Order: sequence, then structure tokens, then C-alpha cells
Amino acid sequence: MFKSLEKLGDYGLYYLEQAGRMGVFLSACLWRMVTPPYKFFPVLRQIHFIGARSIFVIFFTGGFTGMVLALQGYYTLRKFGSEGLLGAAVALSLIRELGPVLAALMVVGRAGSAMTAEIGIMRNSEQIDALECMAIDPCRYLMVPKFIAGIISLPLLTAIFDMVGILGGYLVGVMMLGVNGGTYFQGMYSSVDWNDIEMGLVKSLVFGLLIVWIATAKGYFLHWERSGGFGAEGVSRTTTSAVVLASVTVLVWDYLISAIML
Amino acid sequence: MVEERNSINDPARIAIELTDVKKSFGRQQVLAGVNLQVEEGTTTVIVGASGQGKSVVLKHMLGLMKPDSGQVKVYGQDIARASKRQLKEVRKDFGVLFQNVALFDSMTIYDNVALPLRERTDASETEIRANVEEKLEMMDLHEVNQKYPAQLSGGMQKRVGLARALVLDPKIVFFDEPTTGLDVLKSNEIYRLFHNTQARLRYTAVIVSHDVPKIFKLSDKVALLAEGVIQCSISSEEFQRSENPLIRHFVETTMGPIYSSEKEETAPL
Repeated sequence: MFKSLEKLGDYGLYYLEQAGRMGVFLSACLWRMVTPPYKFFPVLRQIHFIGARSIFVIFFTGGFTGMVLALQGYYTLRKFGSEGLLGAAVALSLIRELGPVLAALMVVGRAGSAMTAEIGIMRNSEQIDALECMAIDPCRYLMVPKFIAGIISLPLLTAIFDMVGILGGYLVGVMMLGVNGGTYFQGMYSSVDWNDIEMGLVKSLVFGLLIVWIATAKGYFLHWERSGGFGAEGVSRTTTSAVVLASVTVLVWDYLISAIML
Repeated sequence: MVEERNSINDPARIAIELTDVKKSFGRQQVLAGVNLQVEEGTTTVIVGASGQGKSVVLKHMLGLMKPDSGQVKVYGQDIARASKRQLKEVRKDFGVLFQNVALFDSMTIYDNVALPLRERTDASETEIRANVEEKLEMMDLHEVNQKYPAQLSGGMQKRVGLARALVLDPKIVFFDEPTTGLDVLKSNEIYRLFHNTQARLRYTAVIVSHDVPKIFKLSDKVALLAEGVIQCSISSEEFQRSENPLIRHFVETTMGPIYSSEKEETAPL
């Protein structure tokens, strides 16, 4: 009985400590983001890594999401004789929910995991200690460009996801299922307003921050991992847990932001 | 700069001072009150059996670990209680050669050595190039600028690590097992480079090593870490003549009883 309680307390303390560490890490990174010196090229490099190199996967997932939305939406709306609302249904689903969430999940899988592994290996091979010993701030040097790039890239990727999704919906709804093209876009035009765009934008900004925060912090604190962060196995375990945590956090925050903004 | 270097090499000045440093990991006490003084411009070698906490002592000196109690002073400033900003200032005088070198594996050799200059100074790219090439030249490294660490041998990686550690002309250079994993020839090469660069740049050196007795040749002081405390900090000749049972035990286990019995005829190293 006491042993179980002790274990429970131990777990509680560990996760509290971990949350505290990650909170301090986030505030340190945010502070360094807004204070000089500002470096342009490392940010550009990270935008290329997080943003540009994710475009391919965003195109594919966005396109097929729009297509399946149109397919499902068409058969549901047809029951009520409302096929004309297909454009509005596809656009609203994408802009308010699916665009930001799915783009974020794609970035978690592609760039988030790579960031955790990269920082984790740097931690394991003493490269982060080396930076500290050279009086180079690891947060400023390694994390800040990733944070800025995440915050810039996610809204742009989300916009691409939405646009390609809408075109995918057009392809299936209009070109394959015979919905009128003008009706498709008119429904979209009359039902999507600025609040919907704003919600998608806020979500993608928050997700960008959350993904980079979790991915980098997990790698940075690899040596504090309860399951043991050492060696190749430690890096792989921590990368997996970072991806799971970031994905779940994205979904939780998606609900929270929707609840606040609706 | 010259004046500064002269004052740095004032023999009375203590570069690093550890006072009653204690550190435990869980229930295991690794350091049980370490006391050590490192004089400026000298080479202090910390030796000890595996698992005695030599690297832990080094990490305390670097500010990578904080002691449970005690003081770690670098030029009079207690880095155990220093703020991050103060610690960063202190570390500007440091150069470190890590046991596994810790080169940035996704950067070229040139970028690795240039990194401290790019991040810590306002030097132009031309000045950086001149400095980096001078240091690589000093380490007998030619035509490696555009290679990546993984493309070099272990010995070459160590030399790049040393070039990076020295690129900002630090006052104190720390070496964590500098010859681990190297064969005799490559080890000798590292020792030769260490000897040459120290003679030229006149930095204070702290070396953690198990390469006994070879490392004794380079040392001004040998400090033995055993049972969580520094048992002595004396010259290598005194170390090998010492009758202290812990030192004798260390000498016999690392150099072997044959060496130990023949020592009188062969010493000094």
C-alpha cells in the first residue's frame, strides 16, 4: 500500500518537475526570440526544413482530405437535397478544423520527430555541453530559429493545406460527382467569413509553437527522461514520446481554442 | 593583450579552486569533499580509478554540474552560485576537449572550428578564415576544411577538437580523457600538440586521464581522486615516490608491480 503511494508520489513529482523544466525552457526560448541579437539565416534554414520540405506531404494530405470530404459530404447532403452546400461544407471543415489540425500532425510526424532526434543526439554526444562550454547559449543558437520557423511555417502550410483541400473537393464534387462549379464556390463564398479564417490562423500559430516546444524540449531534456534517454534506443524512445505528446497536445488545444473562439 | 597574458601567468594566481565540494547521485556519494587548487599557467592531471568521479569533478569545474555543497571558484568567482549570465562570462575563458570530442557532426570541420568565432566575436569572415586556418595548421590538419567529422579518423577528430578548443585563445583548457580510443602513435601526437600549443599559448590545463604513466610527463601537478576526495596534488616525481597507501595502490594497479619495483632505477620519467 505504502509502496504504491510512494510510487504514485514519485511519478507525480517527476511529471511536475518535467512540466516545470519545460515551462522554464519555453519562457527562456520566448525571451530569446524577442531579444537581440537576431540571426536571419538560421531562421531561413529552419523555415526551409520545417516549411518548404513539408509542402509535398501537405499537398498530398490536403488534396486527399478535400477529396474524401467532398465524397462523404456529397452523399450526406444529397439525402437532404442540399448538394449546393458542398463547397461550404468542405471549406468550413478545412479552414476551421481539418486544415490546422492535419497540417500540424503532418509537421509533427515529419519535422517534430526530426527535431527531437537531432537535439537528443546532440545532448547524448555532448554537443550541447560543448555549446555551453563555448559560452554559446543553446537556446538562442539551436531553439530560437526553430521556434520562429515553426510559428511562421505552420500558418503558411495550413493555408496551402486548405487551398489544396478545396481544390481536391472541387475535383471530386464538381468534376466527378457533377455538382455545379459556380454553386460550389458561391456556397463557400457566402458561408466562410473572417472569423473562420481567424480561428484557423490562431490554431496554426499555436500549433506551430506547441510542436516546436515539445519536440525541442523533449530532445533537450533527453537525459532527464524517466525511461532512460541514453543511447540510440533512448533517442528513439524519446522521439516516439515527443510525437505522441505533440499530437495529443495539438488535439487538446484544438478543442480548447475552438471552445474559446466559438 | 600581452599585459593580460603576463598577469595571467603570475604563478601566485589560482585559476581554479575547489573547496569541500560534495556531490551525490541519489544515495551514492561521488564527491565527499573535494579540495583542489589549480595554479595559473600550469598543467594539473587528475587521475583515479574508473568510476571515482574524475569526469564529475571536471563537470563541476565547467559549471555543467552544481555541487550539493562547497565552492568551485574560477578566478575567484564561485561558479556554483553564479547566475547563467555570470557563468557564461566565466566560460568565455574556457576551451574544452571532450572525451568523445563532441564535434558538431552536421557541420564541416571549418564550420566547427569557426563556430565560436562566429557566435562570440564580431570578426569578419576573412579574419575568421585566417584564424581557423592558423589553428588547423597548428594541429597539422591540411585539406580537411570541407570534410565532415565522420569522414576523419579518431586522431584527426581529436585534433579538430583541440583546434576548436583553442580558437579563441582561452585562459583555461580542459581535457577529458584526451587520448581515449587512440593508438600509441596517435596518443603521442596529441601529447606533442598539447605540449606545443601550451608552450605557445600558455594556457592553464586541467587533464582528466587514465593514461598513466605517460601523462605524468606533461604534468606540473598530479591529483589523485579516490574515495570521493583528492588524496594529493603533487608533482609526478613526488607522486611516484609517495608512500601513501592509496597512491601506492594506484601506482601499482595502473603501472603494474614490475614498474613499481623498477621505478627507482627508471624514474624520473
